[in-house]
Amino acid sequence: MAGGPLFWLVLTVRKVRMLEFLQSLTVDYTLRVVMLGAVVLGITAGCLGSFAVLRQQSLLGDAIAHATLPGVGLAFLITQNKSPIVLLAGAAAAGWLGTLFVKVITEATRIKKDAALGIVLSVFFGFGLVIITIVQRLPTATKAGLDKFLFGNAATLLASDVKLMLALSGTVLLLLFLFWKEFKVLVFDHDFAQSLGLKVHRLDILLTSLIVIAIVIGLQTVGVVLMSAMLVAPAASARQWTDRLSIMVLLSAIFGALAGLAGALTSSLVSRMPTGPTIVIYLSVIVAFSLFLAPHRGLWWDWLRTQKNRKRMQTTTMLKNLLLFSEIRTDPFHPHDIAALNAIGRGAINKTMADLQKRGWAKQFQDNRWALTPQGLTMAKQSLEEFEKEILA
Amino acid sequence: MNPLENMALAIDTTDLTVAYHESPVLWDVDFQAPQGVLLAIVGPNGAGKTSLIKAILGLIKPAAGRILVFGQRFRPESRAIGYVPQRGTVDWDFPTNVLDVVMMGRYGQLGWIKRPAKADRQLAMECLEKVGMADFHNRQISQLSGGQQQRVFIARAFIQDAPIYLMDEPFAGVDAATERSIIDLLRELKKKGKTVICVHHDLQTLKDYFEWVMLLNIRRVALGKVNDVLTQGNLRKAYGGRAAFLVGADRQEGANA
Repeated sequence: MAGGPLFWLVLTVRKVRMLEFLQSLTVDYTLRVVMLGAVVLGITAGCLGSFAVLRQQSLLGDAIAHATLPGVGLAFLITQNKSPIVLLAGAAAAGWLGTLFVKVITEATRIKKDAALGIVLSVFFGFGLVIITIVQRLPTATKAGLDKFLFGNAATLLASDVKLMLALSGTVLLLLFLFWKEFKVLVFDHDFAQSLGLKVHRLDILLTSLIVIAIVIGLQTVGVVLMSAMLVAPAASARQWTDRLSIMVLLSAIFGALAGLAGALTSSLVSRMPTGPTIVIYLSVIVAFSLFLAPHRGLWWDWLRTQKNRKRMQTTTMLKNLLLFSEIRTDPFHPHDIAALNAIGRGAINKTMADLQKRGWAKQFQDNRWALTPQGLTMAKQSLEEFEKEILA
Repeated sequence: MNPLENMALAIDTTDLTVAYHESPVLWDVDFQAPQGVLLAIVGPNGAGKTSLIKAILGLIKPAAGRILVFGQRFRPESRAIGYVPQRGTVDWDFPTNVLDVVMMGRYGQLGWIKRPAKADRQLAMECLEKVGMADFHNRQISQLSGGQQQRVFIARAFIQDAPIYLMDEPFAGVDAATERSIIDLLRELKKKGKTVICVHHDLQTLKDYFEWVMLLNIRRVALGKVNDVLTQGNLRKAYGGRAAFLVGADRQEGANA
């Protein structure tokens, strides 16, 4: 679904022919690296994001992502090394420190969780911006390129970066698989998990660490500012389509991979296009689509159900009203004026009468007068009985 | 006369004190539950009933005191206690179904990596059968009524097959029919020699449902057989003046006893 706009953008902005573009996908080494990186990132963030969302920790993901920025800067300042493993280790350490701060603030003081998240997010991020600015001004580091950690730049991904991402992602997903049922019961019912004898504190730390690593994996590509979207949006979308955890995680991974892929490709083909915001645009399409159209939970189906119920209510009410009117006279099929019917009706009378006529339950006479048909009479009596039964039960 | 004399204890706490932010929610509580009885923990809101259960399970750390389960320090790994938390403490929109929730009761036994096997599924179905929820095993948990949620939680505790059950308000928000079926289940557990301890709210049904009771209001007010404990004096100590009208009937019975 993301392919359409992607091709459109590519064709108009770069004026590349479709064929050449498709060829470049299979031949162009850089593009392949970018694609692989984006897919790995999308899958990891999608899987771990499901757990973050179900734990109602979406905002913690945002705080962690922002908190990683000073880690990146400090890691470079201390080591003077810009290899991704050093920078990402710094990011992970800072991200962890951020979560620890949130925990300590909420437990030791009376500050509520949302305020603690806000404090950690803004303080760490502000500190990170200062460090990054200092680093960019150092004569030794003019080309460190740390600013790409802000909004992400998929085009600068190297094969070595992607190898590191793959290794981290493999570890994270393996651990998620191994501790699947423990994480499941931990997220659903923390106290019960503890009463089972599970080591909930360790599991808690492990799950949070996996989320931190999933965030770190995306920093070069998506950036700290919008990384939380990679966690939350695919998971929230996936939740709309299924009632099973395993399928939700799978779908979330697919959504994440699709959006990551489309965003990374778009931004690496269009010059000076930051990847983070581009991915977020694709994610918004997936979110909107899921929010409105997913069966059962989608808003569109909700609306349809309401409409259907309302129509049914109006029709049966009108049937019963016609029955009530017919009981005044000896002839049950005597026509009544529509104004009279409208007076005790429930609105939308013309549509309702048309519906009744279509079903063969009511018949129109001259001067817009209406009467029950024999079938309508049976139906009306039936629905009245059902109604009375419901009331009594 | 000590009603607990010569009785083997399932749970025994001494001087148990729990505090949140300086103010104590439990103060020097000596709580003894004899083995193989139905025991209710009763007291006003904020009396520390839930905190007592959580402290016994090790979910919250007591500030002071000693907790023994079958005469030993409790370790959750021993699986001696099955726990039924309050219904409202979990998100019922979690993407899972009834059978899955019941099988969570086996997760402690399964060990790492292992997934529930066919035998576990069968066991879960048997437990659902007992609580009358077998037909709902495939139902998404968000579509359950309050009473059904409660029965799923009880089935999840059954599958743990523990000698002691701690239940936090198992009758809260369920209809009369479900309440009766739950109390039948608890009696069955008792018949099998299990110890069942429930946080309970309803003084009216206390006598019918339970034989033992502890009145709690931060401190232990009284503990013993229901008929001995449920005196107006004790109730007034636990609830203040408010509960006096609740025990009009008990005054005469108390006089007879």
